[in-house]
Amino acid sequence: MTGEAHVKIGFIPLVDAAALLIAAHKGFAKAEGLDIELIREASWANIRDKLAIGRFDAAHLLAPMAVASTLGLGHVRVPLVAPMNLAMNGNAIAVSTALYAELAAEGEVAHPAQTARALAKLVARRRAEGREPLTFGMTFPFSMHNYQLRYWMAEGGVDPDEDLRLIVLPPPYMVENLARGQLDGFCVGAPWSSVAVDAGVGVILHFGCEIFACAPEKVLALRESFADDDHSLVAALIRALDRGAAFVDEPQNLGEVSQILSRPEYVGVDAEIIRRVLTGHLRVKASDERSDANYLIIGRDGAMRPDPRQAEWIYAQMLRWGQTRHSPEMADRAKSVLRPDLFDAAIDCAHIQREIGAFAGPSFGGRSYADYLAGFDIGQRL
Amino acid sequence: MKIVIVDESPIRSLILEEGLRDAGFTQVERIGEMHNLLKHIYASDPDVILIDLENPSRDTLEQMFQVSRAVRRPIAMFVDQSDTASIQASVDAGVSAYIVDGLKKERIKSILDLCVSRFNAFSKLQDDLDQAKSDLEERKTIERAKGILMKAKKLSEEDAYKMMRGAAMRENKKIVEIARSVITAAEMFK
Repeated sequence: MTGEAHVKIGFIPLVDAAALLIAAHKGFAKAEGLDIELIREASWANIRDKLAIGRFDAAHLLAPMAVASTLGLGHVRVPLVAPMNLAMNGNAIAVSTALYAELAAEGEVAHPAQTARALAKLVARRRAEGREPLTFGMTFPFSMHNYQLRYWMAEGGVDPDEDLRLIVLPPPYMVENLARGQLDGFCVGAPWSSVAVDAGVGVILHFGCEIFACAPEKVLALRESFADDDHSLVAALIRALDRGAAFVDEPQNLGEVSQILSRPEYVGVDAEIIRRVLTGHLRVKASDERSDANYLIIGRDGAMRPDPRQAEWIYAQMLRWGQTRHSPEMADRAKSVLRPDLFDAAIDCAHIQREIGAFAGPSFGGRSYADYLAGFDIGQRL
Repeated sequence: MKIVIVDESPIRSLILEEGLRDAGFTQVERIGEMHNLLKHIYASDPDVILIDLENPSRDTLEQMFQVSRAVRRPIAMFVDQSDTASIQASVDAGVSAYIVDGLKKERIKSILDLCVSRFNAFSKLQDDLDQAKSDLEERKTIERAKGILMKAKKLSEEDAYKMMRGAAMRENKKIVEIARSVITAAEMFK
């Protein structure tokens, strides 16, 4: 490559942008001949629009949003491709201390199936008493946060479109709204649930990985036309980010990575909180901590290699919640967003097959959309 | 036609409002408060929503259009998805428009063009203000350094300035940089 290729990449200040931020900061991108310009953004809509019109070459994006943009759901249709995953999991469902007390009064609150049933009882009681429906916050309609909340609630018998309110709020506003009683709970990426716990206004009920075993959370998204224009540039980008992820995953780098991410131009939160997120060791309430090595997976075990079945699964969630209609063409378009071919052209890594999996309900692997959706009591069917 | 401006900067939204009113749009409302944004918007039921691109509440608006039964669905964002020039111009200026109802394309185009020029005018105003502030800071620094030299070397004001200017020329630096060094040195010798 002659000279450095300038690549503009938009990101949202979240820990799951780690591979990208570290690749740029530690010079892994430069070593691949890339001059990465990072641009911090305030909303997913903004990232999507700037990527769509070419103001960005690439972006840190919600995996379902890349699929939605390609299908033209909720917005202008701009075909995107995701040649690599940036993170698996990383979200958590938190509720207000008041709602937590009400749920705990119903019995055990350890397993999502238990809390979902407790939630259904509360919803019914509130309705009988003529009280306002519960309100939950999430970050975007096409997001794993939305699907995690809905999947969990519906397993207990709560219809998220009829029995309560689901609203979109910018992550930094969640905690304040929980404290003011405008929200009863939310599902959001790190570190916002931890912030709510530290502030004494919320309790982490479940990690995202307790709802879905390994859900693609963020991807590196490119315009399809851009990706197909310059394969060597895309490959260089993938290699740089893969090195970034490997650096993040190395336990001896934990302190350095936390420090770098905590800088105001990157994630801008306390290094200690970032450290907790990266190790999957979180405070869940005032006197309680919980660990899960799968809380947030950046690069290990081949997590970065995109698998088109993950996009099919995302499409199935969109069908279930009426975000789109089914057609074989749409299903194929959705599947084509995740591009292992681009990943494999850059990196040789083991192809680990993993079922996304959920804590309850039918499994998706090998079934038709109609079969899968028929396995749920709540939600659309084909 | 009812237009709602969602902007956390009161000055910019005022500039925008004035522009729209001058252009004959009489029903213009500004929302600066981001809490209960949805409630405000439901209450005013606008035909067009203008929001600054850096506003984190953009995601909230997007959801409103997808799920809301209360607000009429948007027909488009920006003028037309094929009109890339308009989209780029508005994104570059920092304004995003959501059109909530089926309005005439020409009408929207004129609103958006107006907003783009107003947003640009605002950012120029902001730049000028920043420049004026930094000019003032520089002048203050030079004055202070001049005072230090006058006192330490028993120089006239004019000679103190000449001395710094000479040093700046020799070292190929700005006078304000020399002035800063003088102040730093003076503080160290204190």
